Amino acid sequence: MSTVASNHSSQASQQEVEPILVLDSVSCERGDRLLVENLSLSLSPGNGIRIEGPNGSGKTTLLRVLAGLSQQYRGTVLWRGNDIRQSRSALATDTLYIGHLAGVKALLSPLENLSWWASLHIPSTKPLSKATMLNALSQVSLEAFANTPCHQLSAGQQRRIALARLYLSEHRLWILDEPFTAIDAAGVVLLEQRIEEHLAKGNMAIITTHQAMQIDGFTSCSLNAAQSEEANSQ
Amino acid sequence: MTDSQANTEVAIFASFNALLIRDLRVYFRSRGTWLNPLVFVLMVITLFTLGIGPDPTTLSNHASGIIWVVALLGIMLSLDALFRADFDDGSLEQLLLSPQPLYLAVLAKVLAHWFITGLPIVLASPLFSLMLGIPATAIPALALGLLVGSGILSFIGAIGASLTVSLRSGGLLIALLTLPLYVPVIIFGSQFVQSAIEGWPLMPTFSMLLGLLIGAMVLAPIAIIGGLRLSQDT
Repeated sequence: MSTVASNHSSQASQQEVEPILVLDSVSCERGDRLLVENLSLSLSPGNGIRIEGPNGSGKTTLLRVLAGLSQQYRGTVLWRGNDIRQSRSALATDTLYIGHLAGVKALLSPLENLSWWASLHIPSTKPLSKATMLNALSQVSLEAFANTPCHQLSAGQQRRIALARLYLSEHRLWILDEPFTAIDAAGVVLLEQRIEEHLAKGNMAIITTHQAMQIDGFTSCSLNAAQSEEANSQ
Repeated sequence: MTDSQANTEVAIFASFNALLIRDLRVYFRSRGTWLNPLVFVLMVITLFTLGIGPDPTTLSNHASGIIWVVALLGIMLSLDALFRADFDDGSLEQLLLSPQPLYLAVLAKVLAHWFITGLPIVLASPLFSLMLGIPATAIPALALGLLVGSGILSFIGAIGASLTVSLRSGGLLIALLTLPLYVPVIIFGSQFVQSAIEGWPLMPTFSMLLGLLIGAMVLAPIAIIGGLRLSQDT
């Protein structure tokens, strides 16, 4: 029994290009609750998937599996044809994951935070220039706070530091867990533009959000918690 | 081909440096982390001198054991902080998802932690020697032994820290996990100081300590990486 309904809005483009990310009957559980059951889907270049579902339906659990953080799942996840359990580094090179936790050190400034993150995730012969990072910070309107310790910034501003990574990243796949949380309306519009640009370059994104989102190329996939709990109790 | 290999190497070392500098910055901005173990060691040694009494021969008979056990406890108490902050703010996720080798990342983190816990204890060891009536001729050997030994303690302790990072209160569990593994370090460490005091040959025990350090440096990161990956599944 599948608990997943996915509507493919862009079927024409999907037949032309090979999917890069393929999920084959993936099930994950958290504690003793089965959250995602037999989920199969595929993602091809230029497309995005929006994971929908009520609180506690397993969106974050699924994203952590797809990012390669969690190993507790059944089924197979293929990235460029390789199982992500085996070829972890191939997935790590190509993905950017921003989860609930911003991954921002409170005692460091936004600039310092971007700098250590970039040296881990954007391999290059020389470190990113300060100007590049300041530009990314100005995209999320934090340039005035570039050298302020992060613990003096608001929750929304700390979230924006994590999102500034999107302006440095050329990763093929973005996995964003509730990226719009604590972001104001103007910020959301800019983020949607950035995600749209990303997809237009032939990259991919997987997003969970409870907000309305107007981006082309997204299919939605809903996880239904009620149904899976029913299945679990049988 | 060799060019791209060289580039990867540059990127790897850039990420090692970035992590080391990041952690040192964070530690120096939160004064407690690097001051607490040192003050702890100083106070416990003072308590020993008060408890055992002012007789210099009784004190110096037990001095090597006291210094080693106290240094061990000081380092162990600070270990909970090694991965805790990273786990809580999400930067551990970003570290684990990095395409750069985790082995070096872990090495950088343990090294940074050793700089603020082990190294201050080594530097203050002449003071401890004076307090406990160790002869001046044995002080260099004591410092050298602690230099190597504190490194072993940091690496072994980091295994315990990585395994308990996802638990809400891992403090005591770290002690239970790592104390048995500390036994050889204590035996050879205090033996080394005793040899220096008595004028026995130093090389046999020193080479054992050095061997333990190399073993811990090579093998501990593998266990630490395993522990950190597990922490993301709970």
